[in-house]
Amino acid sequence: MIAIRELNIDLREFQVRDIDLHIAENEFFVLMGPTGAGKTVLLEAIAGLVPIKSGTILIGDQEVTRLPPEKRGTSLVYQDYALFPHLTVMENIIYGLHFHKMDKKQTKERFDQLMEVLDLSHLHHRLPTNLSGGEKQRVAVARALMIDPRVVLLDEPLSALDPGFREEVRNALRRLHQSSEATFLMVTHDFAEALSLGGRAAVMNSGRIEQVGTIEDIFQRPLSMFVADFVGMKNLFAVQFQGTRADAKGLEIELGRKSINSRGYLAIRPEDIVISRKALSSSMRNSFRGIVTGILDQGFYYEVHLLVGAVTFKSLITKRSLFELKLHEGAEVFFSFKASAVHSF
Amino acid sequence: MKREPFFWVSVSCGIVIMAFIILPLIQLLTSPSVEMLRESIGDKDVGRSIWLSIYTAGLAAVISFVLGTPLAYLLARSNFKGKRLVEGIIDLPIAIPHPVVGIAILSVAGRNHWFGQMLGELGIRIMGSVTGIVTVLTFVGIPFYLNATKAGFEAISPRLEKVSRSLGASMFSTFIRITFPLAWRSMLIGIIMCCARAISEFGAVVIVAYHPMIAPVLIYERFEAYGLKYSQPVAVWLVSISLILFLLLRILTLHKVEEQ
Repeated sequence: MIAIRELNIDLREFQVRDIDLHIAENEFFVLMGPTGAGKTVLLEAIAGLVPIKSGTILIGDQEVTRLPPEKRGTSLVYQDYALFPHLTVMENIIYGLHFHKMDKKQTKERFDQLMEVLDLSHLHHRLPTNLSGGEKQRVAVARALMIDPRVVLLDEPLSALDPGFREEVRNALRRLHQSSEATFLMVTHDFAEALSLGGRAAVMNSGRIEQVGTIEDIFQRPLSMFVADFVGMKNLFAVQFQGTRADAKGLEIELGRKSINSRGYLAIRPEDIVISRKALSSSMRNSFRGIVTGILDQGFYYEVHLLVGAVTFKSLITKRSLFELKLHEGAEVFFSFKASAVHSF
Repeated sequence: MKREPFFWVSVSCGIVIMAFIILPLIQLLTSPSVEMLRESIGDKDVGRSIWLSIYTAGLAAVISFVLGTPLAYLLARSNFKGKRLVEGIIDLPIAIPHPVVGIAILSVAGRNHWFGQMLGELGIRIMGSVTGIVTVLTFVGIPFYLNATKAGFEAISPRLEKVSRSLGASMFSTFIRITFPLAWRSMLIGIIMCCARAISEFGAVVIVAYHPMIAPVLIYERFEAYGLKYSQPVAVWLVSISLILFLLLRILTLHKVEEQ
């Protein structure tokens, strides 16, 4: 459990203001926001690595605001891995054990479990320089979890990885979170990561928290323009995958590629959905006939809601298109989008 | 492929500079006969002065290491008001003319200054003593140690230290287990640079302590009293011994690097 009350941080480059945040025991919490929003600073403040101006931080039931980093039971995983280059993989992983008194049997069990889940057994004696990005990050995760921390702080752990490795580390993180009692707090700007790992999330903007809630809430019911803009992808559906297709409440959507998971989410940016009065004979793989259920004025653009079966799509069109298409609520229209515009995770 | 004229200009300049550095040194090293070299190393004064040069320079490096390491770490890791000023002050000894360094140190350590009087009461003598030589050599050598070591610390990501702290290591343990093993090579280079600078100092030492004679002062004295021919063998010994020591250090460190 992490509880942050009225936290303020004043660094030269960054300021963090009035943070109130409650993260439940064993939750996988995601911190999102643009670069420079103060996410890493908040993470390092929880770890005790940044001086804070005012406020309190509790981990478990203990107030840690004045404790040095080594007494807090928080482990860090950075985007750039931060492996100790002069130590072997094995020495990196057991580094924290030098400073913690632990039951030998439990330590051994945890070590074996981490080796298995993160698939590191064959790398023991290598030095970090000789590892791939995915391997490095798996070692960093193992090192963080080896001391059985109360809180695991992950700072964009997947951003530097190639897509293939990203999937692999993400799955390992999910498994480790499920089998551990620790609370996970991850910074990311990747929506796929946020959705596939996180339960709840917060969006930060220039040092403040804009919104806290379940990830689907944040995506579907943004409370501020900033969050709406930030999440961007307004079409978000829980789906089941079958081959190269996805089933969203009975509606079949073509992905153009196979998904390795059986369940997941689809996201489509509203501006990728093209509305027409007649059926388009184009190369777009997904074409539907729907009914306009709402038209919302958004300044330069209009957001058009389109209902097909039980699914509502949101499309963004210009004022001119709106007039040319003569759209009104209840109108029957065609709309389509490319398979490549569909993001799945 | 035809080379640009610029390439040939660069190469020519390079050759001129190489010749400019190497030619006088080769001439110096090859002038004295083996007989003269043997005779000069048998001379008690020569042996004593070379040994004094080496161990005072070594002491200067040790003092720089002990006092300089924490400051180098502070400068590499933190930003504070006046940091530029501190860095500027550290570089001052490099820019000041050598005799001026000697005069400046004497003016503080002399009997007319409260600091000199305090030292006198403690029984510490700067003028004409080994203590004085070490003081001067530290003064001129420490900037080189500080700068090399600071660069070494700066090259280590602060995140390594942060991770170490979060894994339960105190600041001290982190320094011993992470920072030092990653920075010791730069520190060693700093020590070599500091020693090299100290061993070559003449102008400041000659003012603070003509006696006991370090090798450069002895070389100067022989040159003044007997001429070029008699100063050369001592110079050859000083240059050779220093070069061998530095080479040994470098080989030792390179060897370690390959092992890793």
